[in-house]
Amino acid sequence: MSLLELKHIYKIYGELHALDDVSLKVEKGEWVSIMGPSGSGKSTMMNIIGCMDKPSKGEVLLDGVDIAKESAKNLTAIRRDKIGLIFQQFHLVNYLTAVENVMLAQYYHSLPDEKEALEALDRVGLADRANHLPSQLSGGEQQRVCVARALINYPEIILADEPTGNLDEANEEIVVDLFHKLHDEGTTLIVVTHDPEVAEVAQRTLVLRNGRLHKEIVNQNFTGKIHFEDMESFRKEEKGNA
Amino acid sequence: MKKSQMYMRMIFASLMRRRSRMLVALLSIAIGATILSGLVTVYYDVPRQMGAQFRNYGANLILTGTDGGFSLEDTEKALKVFAKDELVGAAPFRYENIRIHEHPVVAAGTDMEGAKATSPFWRVEGDWCSTDGQIMVGKNVAESFRLKAGEMLTLSFTPENAPKDTPDETIDLEITGILDTGGSEEDYVYLSLHDLETLTGAGDLDVCEVSVSAQSDQLKVYADQIGVTVPAISAHLVKRVTASETTVLSKLQALVLLVTVVVLALTMICVATTMTAVVTERRKEIGLRKAIGASDKSIIGEFLGESMMLGGIGGILGAALGFVFAQQVSVHVFGSSIRFQWLLVPVTILVSIVVTGLSSLLPIRSATEVDPALVLKGE
Ligand SMILES: Nc1ncnc2c1ncn2[C@@H]1O[C@H](COP(=O)(O)OP(=O)(O)O)[C@@H](O)[C@H]1O
Ligand SMILES: [Mg+2]
Repeated sequence: MSLLELKHIYKIYGELHALDDVSLKVEKGEWVSIMGPSGSGKSTMMNIIGCMDKPSKGEVLLDGVDIAKESAKNLTAIRRDKIGLIFQQFHLVNYLTAVENVMLAQYYHSLPDEKEALEALDRVGLADRANHLPSQLSGGEQQRVCVARALINYPEIILADEPTGNLDEANEEIVVDLFHKLHDEGTTLIVVTHDPEVAEVAQRTLVLRNGRLHKEIVNQNFTGKIHFEDMESFRKEEKGNA
Repeated sequence: MKKSQMYMRMIFASLMRRRSRMLVALLSIAIGATILSGLVTVYYDVPRQMGAQFRNYGANLILTGTDGGFSLEDTEKALKVFAKDELVGAAPFRYENIRIHEHPVVAAGTDMEGAKATSPFWRVEGDWCSTDGQIMVGKNVAESFRLKAGEMLTLSFTPENAPKDTPDETIDLEITGILDTGGSEEDYVYLSLHDLETLTGAGDLDVCEVSVSAQSDQLKVYADQIGVTVPAISAHLVKRVTASETTVLSKLQALVLLVTVVVLALTMICVATTMTAVVTERRKEIGLRKAIGASDKSIIGEFLGESMMLGGIGGILGAALGFVFAQQVSVHVFGSSIRFQWLLVPVTILVSIVVTGLSSLLPIRSATEVDPALVLKGE
């Protein structure tokens, strides 16, 4: 059984089909990238997988449970127990320090554990920034706090919606490195990105266009951080479309 | 770490690190609590204050002889029926006809301290008499005889049944003040009982005015008691003053109560508005908390805890400032200071917590309906 399976998902806003008959499977431990132009439905799909939105039609099986049919209360519980979220904007509670922000996820999940939260910050290279407020951290540092918060409860899936969209190259590299480590530990990763360099390190890249699954590129040589041939042609195609 | 520790840590972080925001909310809560506790203090102190005011208005019990005069000893016996701290003052009066420059004038012998207590509204230009050998003259008397404070005055008295050629008794007294009361007192002169006795010889008292700090029911009991223990004396309530005292009191209290209720309502509206603003500007944070797995219940718990904490701090400030406020009102309106009501401290804090909590509950509940997906979308 796949960890995640979308079966003929639609999300319809009035006339607009934000998602239009999307089906896909993600296996446990897989690393999947999602690309596509702005407005193609990437965030809509992530919201549905992340239990923050429901499809207009279709089934979403997470661990065999159809989350499209769950109540809002159960969805909160599923999100808390199984999903780690990373956003494009580094959403942190602005009056809590880095370590308190990480502990917040523990607090809602089970019990806050400052030591463990500090270890998580250490993993993202922010041990010495633990007691800084978000306003005292750079954008890259804030996003790394978000990564630490997403991984603190050992979620089955980490969903990242353009996690490097607001980062400089150095921080982008740090975050991608963290994804590698998480992947090595068996965490399932679904990463939305505009950046081919971020996409190409995944095992698979799904391309959405107008709410439909337009293309799927498999990185046959996936062993870690390497290019895959298809990426070159994909880039050319993107340029052609632009 | 316990969950409750993290809960407190978050609440304090929010209060301390968002100080400037919280200060605005705190200010509105504290002002509300101040006015509220101040008004309640005044409300409870009005009877005490007004009681003092009405006692100032004069005697509320009059002692007269059952038939004719009565003695000072009887009076002292009668005054023993009052509880010690209830007796504000007693002024015995003995009236005699004397003469000033051969014109008849009524002289009243009294106890000056007692008269001061039972008739504090007497205005004296100059000073009250403080020892024997002094006299206060009514304004009309002073005008008729062109008398001034500081001058000496000779009173003369012709004893009844005195043989034809006996000279008049006289006494020289120093005028300490001119009495201005707007009443019949202005036609009299006031001197000590002792001086009057020196001039006219021993005699009975005519009346004794008593000021007691008791309500009319209790006064009636006292009056009856005096009639029984000292048959020579009958005690009468001065009904008009005591009755009006009670009506004015209850009207005043009702007024203060009305103002208190209106202020409470206004405070609630003000605090609710502030809390709505505080919660609304944190919709994004609420969305984020939901996105990382907070249930509506825990979010309500956190925000409610925060606003109740705010209410508590505002209540403490309000209780303290409210006393200062009530004190100012009391000093300026009643001219006397107020007693600190310890019970009002916990009550103010509690009311402040409940009002703040209740008025933030609604905006918090509506904020939990925020869609966490909006946060993810970065809107
Ligand atoms: N709440 C909504 N109401 C109406 N239209 C929406 C809503 N959310 C998204 N859309 C529309 O759905 C489409 C897909 O949006 P989105 O998933 O955010 O795109 P992407 O993340 O790929 O840029 C867009 O055209 C967007 O305008
Ligand atoms: Mg998007």
